[in-house]
Amino acid sequence: MIDVINLNKKFGKLEVLKNISITIDEGEKVAIIGPSGSGKSTFLRCLNCMEDPTSGSIIFNGVDIADMRVNINIHRRHMGMVFQQFNLFNNKTVIDNIMLAPVHIGLSELRKKKLQNIVIKFSNIFRKNKKDLHVIDTSKAQIKKEAKENAMRLLERIGLEDKANVYPSTLSGGQKQRIAIIRALAMNPKVMLFDEPTSALDPEMVGEVLELIKQVADEGMTMVIVTHEMGFAKEVATRVCFMDEGNIIEDAPPEELFGNPKHERLKLFLSKVLS
Amino acid sequence: MGSFEKKIEVFWDVFYHHNGYDKVITGLQNTLMIAVIGLIIGIIIGTIIAIIEVFPKYKRLPRVLNSICQVYVGLFRGTPIVVQLLIAYYVVMPLLGVNVPPVNVCIVVFGLNSGAYVSEIMRGGINSVDPGQLEAGRALGLSYSVSMIKIVVPQAIKNILPTLGNEFISLIKETSVVSFVGATDLYVAFNYIGSNNYEFMVPYIVMALIYIVLVMGISLLIKLMERSLQKSDRRN
Ligand SMILES: Nc1ncnc2c1ncn2[C@@H]1O[C@H](COP(=O)(O)OP(=O)(O)OP(=O)(O)O)[C@@H](O)[C@H]1O
Ligand SMILES: [Mg+2]
Repeated sequence: MIDVINLNKKFGKLEVLKNISITIDEGEKVAIIGPSGSGKSTFLRCLNCMEDPTSGSIIFNGVDIADMRVNINIHRRHMGMVFQQFNLFNNKTVIDNIMLAPVHIGLSELRKKKLQNIVIKFSNIFRKNKKDLHVIDTSKAQIKKEAKENAMRLLERIGLEDKANVYPSTLSGGQKQRIAIIRALAMNPKVMLFDEPTSALDPEMVGEVLELIKQVADEGMTMVIVTHEMGFAKEVATRVCFMDEGNIIEDAPPEELFGNPKHERLKLFLSKVLS
Repeated sequence: MGSFEKKIEVFWDVFYHHNGYDKVITGLQNTLMIAVIGLIIGIIIGTIIAIIEVFPKYKRLPRVLNSICQVYVGLFRGTPIVVQLLIAYYVVMPLLGVNVPPVNVCIVVFGLNSGAYVSEIMRGGINSVDPGQLEAGRALGLSYSVSMIKIVVPQAIKNILPTLGNEFISLIKETSVVSFVGATDLYVAFNYIGSNNYEFMVPYIVMALIYIVLVMGISLLIKLMERSLQKSDRRN
């Protein structure tokens, strides 16, 4: 699903990612662990080009999205991202947070099709072999209605349907993060990227967020998750990558990586975080 | 004090019986129209410039646009508004060969002038919005401009509402120079009343009072608006 090939990232002179290559298959749940500053967030953010790689390729669905000529926005719609700081839109209610992108994208695609139809109709006047028009089987109102129904379904799923019309500032951290997760799910992504989704939460709220992520994982979603929750990584991940100084130096199923770590650095790291 | 009462009488006579109020109303209308439409134009131009200024500059087009904006802002911040009015009315208009009523020229010049100032205010406002807001929009596959317009700019405007209010107040006060190109504003109206019998004391006091009432009323409106916006943050 995602092929990372010789990925390098520099910030000025600082080499943050050093020639990383990794393949993430459909349905895998990859946990990224490692010390602070090792490049975990940068790696994750390169996967959907929130950071543009300095060199190398990110092949997603057969397209190299690291190529600056591709329209990255189209590909990002299939890659959900969840941030440490939730980043709900402060100026939108909960339901509008969830609906904003699906509605905007639905409407702009509808507009594009309508415009193209006009062009086709016009040029058909001069054509012998008439070109077919796009089938338009939806409307503005329908797009909005469907997005709203979908948003409400997702809210019901996490038991927050009564919060649909409040602003994010009135919510707890755990509620915000769960809404951020379903906001990403509302786009029907093929893969979900999480950057320390529970690090900014009060301890009593970590459980509810991890529970939701686990549910999403169990449904078969492909996931890459940067985390400091070793217990969670053990339980949910099918594969754990240990990053150190811009390299993935160990990449194994959780039983093996935690039970029988090979590199000294990983042993040292585990002895620190597990004690 | 007797002479002051006399002066008030004289003022009232011209104001009430000799169409003085007519002029004052026209002046007030023009003042408000120039300031309000000027500010709206200013907000639109200022927002566009601010977005261009904060736009990532990998490509050539944003860089070129940015330089144009900088020249524009430099020109309009670097000259007094009276000079801009005179140039627009006596240089630009004849060169273009058009003839536009002075009030319309004033609206355009005040809009352009205010755009230069609002762009600086807007840029500050945009920079004050948490960068995570833009990232979240981009991560959902929205383009840079859509994320800015739907998410960042509304929050920026909210942050800078008090500052925009001040810009509006200073626009109102600055309109007192539009008579340089022959537009009727409060100054022209009261000057007309005063020059009827060369009694300027009362007309100018009344003019000052009108400005004060205007400015205080607007300050109050801004406070109310701020409060209702803050409520939308807390609403349950
Ligand atoms: N935008 C940036 N500009 C310059 N340097 C950066 C930038 N982002 C990250 N870095 C640097 O890159 C290195 C790796 O950062 P990164 O955030 O990827 O680490 P991390 O593994 O996620 O750490 P943590 O566990 O603390 O989140 C750090 O030295 C950091 O200072
Ligand atoms: Mg990080």
